[in-house]
Amino acid sequence: MIALGLEGSANKIGIGLISHPSANEPPIVLSNLRHTYPTPPGEGFLPKDTAIHHRAWVVRLIKQAVRQAGVKIEDIDCICYTKGPGMGAPLQSVALAARTLSLLWGKPLVGVNHCVGHIEMGRAITHASNPVVLYVSGGNTQVIAYSAQRYRIFGETLDIAIGNCIDRFARTLMIPNDPFPGYNVEQLAKKGKNLVDMPYAVKGMDASFSGILAAADLLAAQIDENLPLEKRLKTEDGELVTKADLCFSLQETIYAMLVEITERAMAHVGSTQVLVVGGVGSNKRLQQMMGLMARDRRGSVFATDERFCIDNGIMIAHAGLLEFKTGVTTKLEDSTCTQRFRTDEVFVGWRD
Amino acid sequence: MATATDTPATPPPQHTIHILPAPFTHSPLTLLAQGAEALVYRTVFLTPHTPCVLKYRPPKPYRHPILDKRLTKARLLAEARVLVKCRKDGVTVPAVLGLDAENGWMVLEWVEGGSVRGVLDGWVAGGGRFEGVEAGNGVWGLMRRIGRAVGRVHDIGVCHGDLTTSNLMVRTGASAVRGESEGPQTQTQMQRPKRLTPSALREAAMTSDAPPVFELPPEEPPPPPSKAQSTSDLEGDIVLIDFGLATQTVQDEDRAVDLYVLERAFAATHPGAEALFQEVLRSYGESYKGGRSVLRKLEDVRLRGRKRSMLG
Repeated sequence: MIALGLEGSANKIGIGLISHPSANEPPIVLSNLRHTYPTPPGEGFLPKDTAIHHRAWVVRLIKQAVRQAGVKIEDIDCICYTKGPGMGAPLQSVALAARTLSLLWGKPLVGVNHCVGHIEMGRAITHASNPVVLYVSGGNTQVIAYSAQRYRIFGETLDIAIGNCIDRFARTLMIPNDPFPGYNVEQLAKKGKNLVDMPYAVKGMDASFSGILAAADLLAAQIDENLPLEKRLKTEDGELVTKADLCFSLQETIYAMLVEITERAMAHVGSTQVLVVGGVGSNKRLQQMMGLMARDRRGSVFATDERFCIDNGIMIAHAGLLEFKTGVTTKLEDSTCTQRFRTDEVFVGWRD
Repeated sequence: MATATDTPATPPPQHTIHILPAPFTHSPLTLLAQGAEALVYRTVFLTPHTPCVLKYRPPKPYRHPILDKRLTKARLLAEARVLVKCRKDGVTVPAVLGLDAENGWMVLEWVEGGSVRGVLDGWVAGGGRFEGVEAGNGVWGLMRRIGRAVGRVHDIGVCHGDLTTSNLMVRTGASAVRGESEGPQTQTQMQRPKRLTPSALREAAMTSDAPPVFELPPEEPPPPPSKAQSTSDLEGDIVLIDFGLATQTVQDEDRAVDLYVLERAFAATHPGAEALFQEVLRSYGESYKGGRSVLRKLEDVRLRGRKRSMLG
């Protein structure tokens, strides 16, 4: 069976084709294309402009993806699209494209929960059987474990998502958005060595990141190079605190929070496997910290690279096809999208 | 899958044995539990015959050492302060016998008995049924005492933060606590606040770096941990343990969430015990002045769940 997946819940539009040969064989990625809406340093992406970007690229990408996959339209069994959660306008553009294709080609639609897409893709790639999932991206921060036909949320952010926190932190420090802010923060952090105090807010299995941003604004003002030397922020040894130090401190602080809530969830459900998915999951330092934690618990960590971590069409196709095989489709009149769509609302009929 | 994955280099899993800081380097240790934060051991403290619980927060290798020190210290002190406040205000919690915030350990009084979870499981295993329990059954009394114990904690301005039936203990048998020799405890004694350790011992243990050696009266070695659960285990003081997530707050919202967490834990671990849990809530409502308004708030919390709706 072959599915086409369309993803566009944030600033990336992803189109992918996946094939599930049979029940016992691993899925095959036929094509996996993505285009990111670029923004200049200091700016984020607005829903309206992002939707325009997606509309401009969607046809080109679908054509290219189908050609690259080398499949005929007749071979495709269903069209999967992101139903939510995400930004309204970009979601709508992509849902519209999905509906059009469905009518044009006479294929059934499957609306997919974005978070479930990430989880299923991560599981398929890493072969982790029943892990605790840390889902970290620009819009989501959740600690998830599977139980009785649902992906249950054990912990989550109480305010903003971790990726949002990193992006806005990068904006404050005027760090470029290309290829993505988190990557640039990660590279800068490698040069930092001084730990600056930042708010560390973990409540049980939940975490809060908004305080970090408020702190970042204050810190950024204190390291401004136009300030007189005596007013600049210094370490205890009198060294000037640099942008790199702030990136380093940010990473050390927020990733420690993530690892801590993940560890608590693992202790709670008695699992030793942890799977990291979502765009922030491609961060090497986070993966390393998670590995150290898992080693202490005699467990293992699973992660994927940026092709599957960062939003992509394949994961939507994969999760959609799993659902399609249980007999679930989305009727045209129900093929809406929604900004709020909790992971635990999805009935997971394809797992035991 | 046709594509290769980039799994980070995780060192091969190995059993990490934490070397405990002094003075526990050579203590006899029995691991009781490994939580996310702390290792909990049974050991002895000050004398070879003083059983105690050692709660050790090992350094987290993934955390920056400065951040790790800061967090360990702050959390350990916060937990100890809550416990000391509870003792002072007459709530039955394990006494803090000593701690070292820099090195991440805290020693607590040994509480003889079992968890409510174990007691209830034992009661079910012994033929008890949660549905249609008759009025005179001891399990009702247990529920009432749980409600009162939680109410008492909330009344003094503390929220436990992680109320589960595993974190509620039923103290059984003879008082395992030093300084008391009244013999077996009965239910009528439970409301009385206890000053169990000689205060000099406790204060000295808390303030000095290396606990001094105290001359203590000789005593019987501790009885072995009880194995079989019987119905008599339904009797006994409720002792709240594990205040690692506790906060000092008097907000109805926080208290209601505390109850909600307990309710969910009850439903998850003891299916069918809903009617019994109502007795916990009823006695909670009567246990202190603010109890009823917290129960009203609990209805709101139940409707929305602990989590808010997800944005984006």
